[in-house]
Amino acid sequence: MAMLSFEKKYRVRGGTLVGGDLFDFWVGPFYVGLFGVTAAFFTLLGVALIVLGASRGPTWNLWQISIAPPDLSYGLAFAPLNEGGLWQFITICAIGAFVSWALRQVEIARKLGMGLHVPFAFSFAILAYVTLVVFRPILMGAWGFGFPYGIMSHLDWVSNVGYQFLHFHYNPAHMIAISFFFTNALALAMHGGIILSATNPGKGEQIKTAEHEDTFFRDAVGYSIGALGIHRLGLFLAISAAFWSAVCIVISGPFWARGWPEWWGWWLNLPVWR
Amino acid sequence: MRLGFSAVVGLTAIVGAVFVATTFTTPPLDSVQRGYRGTGQIQSYQDRAYTRLTAANQAPEVIPAVDPEGQKASVGYTNLKVLGDLDKAEFDRLMMAITNWVSPDAGCNYCHNPENMASDELYTKVVARRMLEMVSTINTKYKAHVANTGVTCYTCHRGQPVPGYIWYTDPNLSHASGYAQAPTGQNKAAAVVGYTSLPYDVFTPFLKEANDLRIISQTALPQRDAGARKSIMQAEWTYGAMAHISDGLGVNCTYCHNTRSFTEWSQSSPQRAVAWYAIRHVRELNNTYLDPLAPILPANRLGALGDAPKINCTTCHQGVFKPLLGVSQLKDYPELATTLTAKK
Repeated sequence: MAMLSFEKKYRVRGGTLVGGDLFDFWVGPFYVGLFGVTAAFFTLLGVALIVLGASRGPTWNLWQISIAPPDLSYGLAFAPLNEGGLWQFITICAIGAFVSWALRQVEIARKLGMGLHVPFAFSFAILAYVTLVVFRPILMGAWGFGFPYGIMSHLDWVSNVGYQFLHFHYNPAHMIAISFFFTNALALAMHGGIILSATNPGKGEQIKTAEHEDTFFRDAVGYSIGALGIHRLGLFLAISAAFWSAVCIVISGPFWARGWPEWWGWWLNLPVWR
Repeated sequence: MRLGFSAVVGLTAIVGAVFVATTFTTPPLDSVQRGYRGTGQIQSYQDRAYTRLTAANQAPEVIPAVDPEGQKASVGYTNLKVLGDLDKAEFDRLMMAITNWVSPDAGCNYCHNPENMASDELYTKVVARRMLEMVSTINTKYKAHVANTGVTCYTCHRGQPVPGYIWYTDPNLSHASGYAQAPTGQNKAAAVVGYTSLPYDVFTPFLKEANDLRIISQTALPQRDAGARKSIMQAEWTYGAMAHISDGLGVNCTYCHNTRSFTEWSQSSPQRAVAWYAIRHVRELNNTYLDPLAPILPANRLGALGDAPKINCTTCHQGVFKPLLGVSQLKDYPELATTLTAKK
């Protein structure tokens, strides 16, 4: 793959967390590093185990392949491969691959002398996944509380787990998470819109400046958060969405085992109107 | 005085921690897997809450069996329309049991005039006679719902003359005047529908009237036929009724349904079939035995519309999947499992 003339300047040695210079090289456009190696290892092993699981399952239909977690009766122990053990190993591989990817991002950021904002943000996605398949199952007492790895089956799991609490929209953390997801989409749409409107001028027009962008939002809503601020806001909204998603599922079960509507008893019982 | 930033953060953290600690519960939990692994069909109970529930749903002590006297109760007593064929000793034992089940405080006199035990002057005695017929019908005709476990008076009454969980048709009165929203029968966080904002008198349309609970549309386009309308509005009534069943039985939706398709019988648990019979069973009891009692009940026992108290799932189940956790006392009171019909 061709390298741009200035790109070489940024391919500097060092910045690795583990392994020193051993894996400090690139393959094509990709930086490798020790964590590139481990990410590839866990990904290939995990995908191979999924294929193995599919081969032992009833279908090769991509939509219906499902690797299910063990029965609740296995608790927090290892299960036989065909009865959820594959799910356990695939979970280990997935976490290994995700964490490797985040640490590889750290190494690249260090190499370039940048902040760690990208791996920091990505780790919230990992947190949400680990909460679903590790923290919550441990708190509930069995790996069987994890979700199955399948395109349709994991959606069925989401549906049933939601209805375990009668009406999941009453989950307070779910409310917060949804609000962040929607606000995140709103902010991204407004940001994308303003950038494109300023930098894609019509024929014969000049590219507009940040002052135009600020003025647009000051005219429209009385305030502009600014060119740096919108990215701080975007990062905050996005990681908050992931964070509260993790909260909303880890409290469902471990910290509230009844219908979510009933949790609001404290509100209904406030002395003001009780 | 100005609070510093860290003081504000600290105070917020303390208030937040107190809020979280007082509104949520904590592990450990007991869970029951009721579907293939990974489908999420699981019932979970917080240990301490389940211990309380278990303690509140213990079957009462059984009165020791008696030796038959060899003489029918109708020989010694008069005005026996339902239990006259029982042996006298067993009749006396059953009367004692009913007193313990229904009116342990007021005793025999809750139903009987002590001067003349045979008299029907107290309405409670007339109601009790009808209730005996009802119990017999439940135990003999509705095995698809109660199996061989059956019911006794205690299943609903739990030592109270009026069962703790009954319902009346809601008059749907406005709670405000002027420009306030007209009453819609919903948005009230009612306990009977699991504190959702769903319609709260789900009993009149489904446990008295026979409206269709199954409202999943079979066509892609909205249905024009008003008689068979299956819209989101109908779904809210069904959802409310289902929330009541969940609340009454202490189970979640996945106890009966695989929620990927609520309507699909082939993916539902066997319990859904029991519930199907139960809904019809309760409806028939309300229409045959309970609502017709209104004329003989005093005004303070009637609802706002003058209707008699009626039963729903909670009346017997009281928060557990099988009333009294499935303990059957029919073997101890076998007369309640026989056909009892009032003689004219």
